[in-house]
Amino acid sequence: MLAHLPVLQVIVPLLAAPSCLIIKRPVLVWMFTLMVSGAAFLISIALLQQVLASGTISYEMGGWAPPWGIEYRIDELNAILLLIISAISTVVLLAAQTSITAEISEDRHTIFYALYLLSLAGMLGIVSTGDAFNVFVFLEISSLSAYAMIAMGQGRRALWASYQYLIMGTIGATFILISIGLMYQMTGTLNMADLADRLPQVANTKTVLVAFAFFIVGVCLKLALFPLHMWLPNAYSYAPSIVTAFFAATSTKVALYLLIRFTFSVFGYSFSFTTLPLQELFLGLGLLGIFIASAAAIYQTNLKHLFAYSSVAQIGYMIVGFSVGTSAGLMATLLHVFNHALIKGALFLALGAVMYRVNSVQLNDFKGLARQMPLTMAAIVVGGLSLIGVPLTVGFVSKWYLVMAVLDNGWWPVAVLILLGSLLAIVYVWKIVEVAYFIDPEPGTPQVSEAPMALLVPVWLLVAGNIYFGIDTRLGVQMAQSAAQSLFGGSP
Amino acid sequence: MIVGLYNYWIVVILMMIGFYIVIAQGNLIKKIAGLIIFQTSVFIFYISIGKVDGATAPILADQFSQYSNPLPHVLILTAIVVGIATTALGLALIVRIKEAYGSIEEDEIQEKDNQEC
Repeated sequence: MLAHLPVLQVIVPLLAAPSCLIIKRPVLVWMFTLMVSGAAFLISIALLQQVLASGTISYEMGGWAPPWGIEYRIDELNAILLLIISAISTVVLLAAQTSITAEISEDRHTIFYALYLLSLAGMLGIVSTGDAFNVFVFLEISSLSAYAMIAMGQGRRALWASYQYLIMGTIGATFILISIGLMYQMTGTLNMADLADRLPQVANTKTVLVAFAFFIVGVCLKLALFPLHMWLPNAYSYAPSIVTAFFAATSTKVALYLLIRFTFSVFGYSFSFTTLPLQELFLGLGLLGIFIASAAAIYQTNLKHLFAYSSVAQIGYMIVGFSVGTSAGLMATLLHVFNHALIKGALFLALGAVMYRVNSVQLNDFKGLARQMPLTMAAIVVGGLSLIGVPLTVGFVSKWYLVMAVLDNGWWPVAVLILLGSLLAIVYVWKIVEVAYFIDPEPGTPQVSEAPMALLVPVWLLVAGNIYFGIDTRLGVQMAQSAAQSLFGGSP
Repeated sequence: MIVGLYNYWIVVILMMIGFYIVIAQGNLIKKIAGLIIFQTSVFIFYISIGKVDGATAPILADQFSQYSNPLPHVLILTAIVVGIATTALGLALIVRIKEAYGSIEEDEIQEKDNQEC
C-alpha cells in the first residue's frame, strides 16, 4: 500500500470525480469530495515524509520499468507542491458547500464537485508524473475542468472569461505539445530523467532550441507571466468564489513548477541559463509584471479584479527569484509559491465570505463593512499585510529571502525595485482598509451580519497559516532550501 | 530538402493559418475552427515523426524488416481526444454566450460588457 502512494495520489481524486455523479445528493457529494481531498492531503504528507526519510521515490506505472514505462517520480520539489495543492484544496472545500449554495444553482452542485476533483487530479498528476507527455494530458484535464468551472460563475461575463481562457489555455497547451514532440524527435524518449540524459548530446541543434522556446512560451501562458496574463483577471473575477480561491492558490503554481522542472531538471541549468538569455528576459518581464500589474491593481474597483492583478504581480516576484539563477533565488521562489498560496487562498476565500453576505465585491459596497463583518474584514487586512510583506507574516519571509538572494548577486537596483513594488501593494491594500474601516455605509444599505462559521473557519485557518509560518519559518524555509539544493545538485 | 520534407512544410503552413485565424478573427466559431486547424497541424507533425519511409506497421511478419514507430501515433490518439473535448467545450460555451449576449462577434460582446460598467 505504502509503495503505491505516488499513483494513489492522482488516481483517488481521478476515480472519485465520476463517482460524484452517482451519489447525486449535493450535501453527500460535498462530504465525499471533502473526504477525497482530505485523503489526497494525507497521502501527500506521507509522501513528503517518505521523500525526506529515504530520498526520491520512483514509481513504475503497471510495473513497466522506465524509460519505457511511465514513471511517477517524487522528489522534494514535487512533494512540497503536492502538499500545497492538496492542503489548499481541502481547506477551500471546507467552505465550498456554503459558498456555492449562494452562487451556483443546486442542480449543478454535483457536476461542480466532479469538475473540482478532476481539476485537483489534473494538478496533482502534473506534479507527480515523470513523463513529459503525461504532463500534457494532465494539464488538459485540469484546464478543461477549469474552463467549465469558471463558466459556472454568476452572470454572462463568466462565460466570456471562460471562453477567452479556453482559447489562451489551449494555445499554451498546444505549444507545450509541440515542444514535447520536438524533444521526442531528437531523443526518442519521453521520460524526464532520460530526456535530461540525452538532451545535452543534441543541445546545439536548432530543433532543441525551438523545443525550448515553444515550451517557455506555452508554460508562461499557463502561469500568466506578464505580458501573457490577459486571461487571468477576468477568469478569476467572474468564476465562483470557491474556484477563484482554489485556482489563485494553486494553478499558476503548477505551471511555475513545470517551468522550474523543465529548465532545471530536463534541459539543465547550463543550457537554460548560459546558452540562452533566459535570465535577462525573465528578470525584465518579472519586474515589468510587478510594476504594471500592481499599478493596474490600484485602479480596480472590483476587489476580485484587484487581487487577480496582484496575483500577476506576485508571479513577477517568483519569476524574478527564478531569474537570479542561484540556489538562493530558487529557494525564495519556492518559498513564495508556498506563501502566496496561503495569502491568496485566504484573501479570495474571505472575498467569498463577503460575496455570500453582500452579493458583491465592488469597492463601493465595502463601505463600513468592518463594523458589520469584523472577522472577515480582519482576515482581509491580515492577508493584505502579508501581501505587502509586513514582518511576522509569510509575505515578509519570502520577500526577505528574495531580496537577500538578489543582493547576493550584487543586483542592488533590482532589490530596490522589489521594495518599491511592495509600496504599490501598500496603496491598493490601504484603499480597501480605508473604505471598509473609515467610511460610513451609505444610508439605506441593508445591514448584513458576520459570515457563517462554515466560511469563517477555513478563512481563519489560512490566515493562521499566514501568521504561523511567518513566525516559525523553519518548516517552509527548510523544505524550500532542500528542494532548491536538490535541483542544483541534480543537474549542476 | 523541400520536397522530401513536404509534410513538415504542410505542418508549418497549417499551423500558421490556424494560429492566424485564432488571433485575427472576431467570430467565436471561426476562432474555434482556427484552433482545430492549429491542433491538427500538431497531430500531423507527430504522425510524421513516427513514420519511417518504406516501413510498415509494427506487426511481426517474415517479409518485413523495417517498422514505423507506433508510439507518436498512439500519443496523438490521446491528443485528438483532448482536442475534441476542447472543441466541444468551446462550442458549448459559444451556445451559452449566444443566449446571454445575443451575439457571437467578439467586438459586439466587448461593447456590451463595456456598456454595463
